[in-house]
Amino acid sequence: MSSNPSAAPAIQLIGIEKKFGAVHANKNINLTVAKGSIHGIIGENGAGKSTLMSILYGFYHADAGEIRVNGAPIRIPDSQAAINAGIGMVHQHFMLVENFSVLENVILGVEGGALLGKGVSEARSALKRLEADYGLEVDPDAIIEELPVGLQQRVEILKALYRGAEVLILDEPTGVLTPAEADHLFKILGVLRDQGKTILLITHKLREIMAITDTVSVMRRGEMVATRKTAETTVEELAELMVGRRVLLRVDKGPANPGDVVLSVRDLVVKDNRGVTMVDGVSFDVRAGEVVGIAGVAGNGQSELLEAITGIRKPTSGEILIHGQPVTGFDAARLRTLGLGHIPEDRHRMGLVLKFEESENSVLGYHRAPAYGKGMALDLNACREDAKRKIEKYDIRPPNCRLKTANFSGGNQQKIVVAREIENDPSLLVVGQPTRGVDIGAIEFIHRRLIAMRDAGKAVLLVSVELDEIRSLSDRILVMFAGHVVGEKSPETGEQTLGLMMAGIAA
Amino acid sequence: MENLDLISILGSTIRLSIPLIFTALAGLFTERAGVFDIGLEGKMLFSAFGAAVVAYLTGSPWLGLAAGIIVSVLISLIHGFAAITNRGNQIVSGVAINFLASGLTAVLGQAWYGQGGRTPPLATSARFTEIVFPFASELRGTGFLGRFYANVISGHNILTYLAFLAVPASWWVLYRTRFGLRLRAVGENPGAVDTAGISVTWLRYRATICAGILCGCSGTYLAIAQSAGFVKDMSAGKGFIALAALIFAKWRPVPVMLACLLFGFLDAFANFMQGKTLPGIGEVPVQIFQALPYVLTCVLLAGFIGVANAPKAGGVPYVKER
Repeated sequence: MSSNPSAAPAIQLIGIEKKFGAVHANKNINLTVAKGSIHGIIGENGAGKSTLMSILYGFYHADAGEIRVNGAPIRIPDSQAAINAGIGMVHQHFMLVENFSVLENVILGVEGGALLGKGVSEARSALKRLEADYGLEVDPDAIIEELPVGLQQRVEILKALYRGAEVLILDEPTGVLTPAEADHLFKILGVLRDQGKTILLITHKLREIMAITDTVSVMRRGEMVATRKTAETTVEELAELMVGRRVLLRVDKGPANPGDVVLSVRDLVVKDNRGVTMVDGVSFDVRAGEVVGIAGVAGNGQSELLEAITGIRKPTSGEILIHGQPVTGFDAARLRTLGLGHIPEDRHRMGLVLKFEESENSVLGYHRAPAYGKGMALDLNACREDAKRKIEKYDIRPPNCRLKTANFSGGNQQKIVVAREIENDPSLLVVGQPTRGVDIGAIEFIHRRLIAMRDAGKAVLLVSVELDEIRSLSDRILVMFAGHVVGEKSPETGEQTLGLMMAGIAA
Repeated sequence: MENLDLISILGSTIRLSIPLIFTALAGLFTERAGVFDIGLEGKMLFSAFGAAVVAYLTGSPWLGLAAGIIVSVLISLIHGFAAITNRGNQIVSGVAINFLASGLTAVLGQAWYGQGGRTPPLATSARFTEIVFPFASELRGTGFLGRFYANVISGHNILTYLAFLAVPASWWVLYRTRFGLRLRAVGENPGAVDTAGISVTWLRYRATICAGILCGCSGTYLAIAQSAGFVKDMSAGKGFIALAALIFAKWRPVPVMLACLLFGFLDAFANFMQGKTLPGIGEVPVQIFQALPYVLTCVLLAGFIGVANAPKAGGVPYVKER
């Protein structure tokens, strides 16, 4: 790689246009990416970042515009052409064959002949070389599905490098990683840049942009709105550019006015599907008009606790009371009639049916209510009118209640769930990971709605692995570790103290 | 009970397993590529009909085989057009092929030959006949191994040996060639294949063509090796038994062969037990034995095989995201 500062940019996009039907995903995009730099592209979900990168990788075809690689205009009709031009991509959802070995995944598409023998041994030695050059260790014979997510992602990077990529596109690479894995990824990216590779990092997380990029471009609603040197910008400026207005990164809220106990959990024991005790004798109360946050590292029993309270999983022993009435073992439908609202941890698995229309999801779980139909028949017009009302009130985009839910962005999907649960006016709202995979504009919105619920005298139980979220929303924090509540703290408690408790070290 | 003639049961096990092996291997290719192939039965029937007609017209079993394969490949391409190009429902397309096969072959057979949907009986020269290995008749009388050689190893037609060759050949193609690697990949994660710059569509078409060829062999075997002509609905559910064997074998070539041999053995055993009496029970209705393979299929599929790790992208047409 040349270190000549006057060298042509690694990538130049000029006037890129792309429409999907009525959706203008990319509007006249211009972008210049310098060689040997880490260039971040930030924007909310649905801003058109992934579309732009898919065009660069030959997955989609631009309607208009020009792509230049190292100064030379080229056409990229398919992924093969992108690979040939030295562009590699690490997709958000890994493009790996899960029951193949690392080696098989790396050579797929570049097998080096009709028979596998020779290509496999060549790849083996090439992998060793890449491992030494970039610190990308991975066992070439390991089966992908047995590897942790962080290593799977490493295989994706190796795939690209094995194909001779000089430009590496990473699409939301940290969405699936733990913080430690993400830090390790950033180190690897730093090494790659120092060796002359060019990296395009697509993300909606401001922290990552500030931590690792040299330059950052901001996209909003299909347009490239700004490009800044990372050192010369701030989180606040980027957030404003992304959303198009000033964003409060912290939630404003007054003091809580706790009232009567709404939810009471007594000595609850819950086992998971394998029969392992995940919740081991947990007791707590949630009062009307307060938010109780449950902090903890994922997998310490929070999910099972939520499932037991919301009637999805039967507890082994212990008691759950809502407004003093024992409800242990009630199913989810019956609990809803008693005033329970539930925003589940995983909107795809539990909160929504992605193939349904927005209007159908917007009444799901409450569809038996007389407002939505009579007897066995649903009143579809009533459902749609109701959905339109929620769409307006919660600013769900695109505002089309007949669209399949799968076509909404993550933030808007989450808003559909939030709208459904809150608008049913529950007296107890149980919330799991409310902003996982949600862009900052929507995060702010959802946080405000949760606080509004509290201020309206509802009891809110919040489970989140995002410590910031727990601290900014909760009035009381319970820390869970290994199935136990190891302590109760006020939200002013320092991050470090809570972190130690979450690790089971201090109480 | 009369003497359990193991040798003759094994001999007929081989004969009954061959169409299953060809058909299950055919399913192996399409299903590993992520295209469900419930129309195996229909392809078998079509190719049996095609093979019988051409063998009757030309007097050549080889031309019959060629016709069987061509017909079966054409039907595979129809399935491919529906399931791959037009992203239709793969099950519906397969079921349609089965109905079409059952009806069309009978109608054409009746229209052309007027023998109730049959094709005219074939002369011996127009069929694949038994190949007798050297010394088979000499060794027949020399104890178990001699009889095993003479009746189980020797004395089958060329397609039988071809079927057993097709097993290691399929394994080799799937696990040792570029085509096989890509084929297995496309059945698990077509996105990985697409982003590697390989055409998902063309790859899946090639897999269905492989299946067509193998199914052609199996139909041909039914019509002009095992029998002397086409008989209405002569595949008699073998395509579905082969599909069961494929699942039972978890989509792997060698276990596929073993599963087919097991199903063949049950069939042979049922035939053998016809009219025989069991000590203490007396004569058991023949239907019980005939039902045995199907009962076993249900039992095995329901409980015995544990988690069948089907190709992950099976049955799902490939659409680029968004």
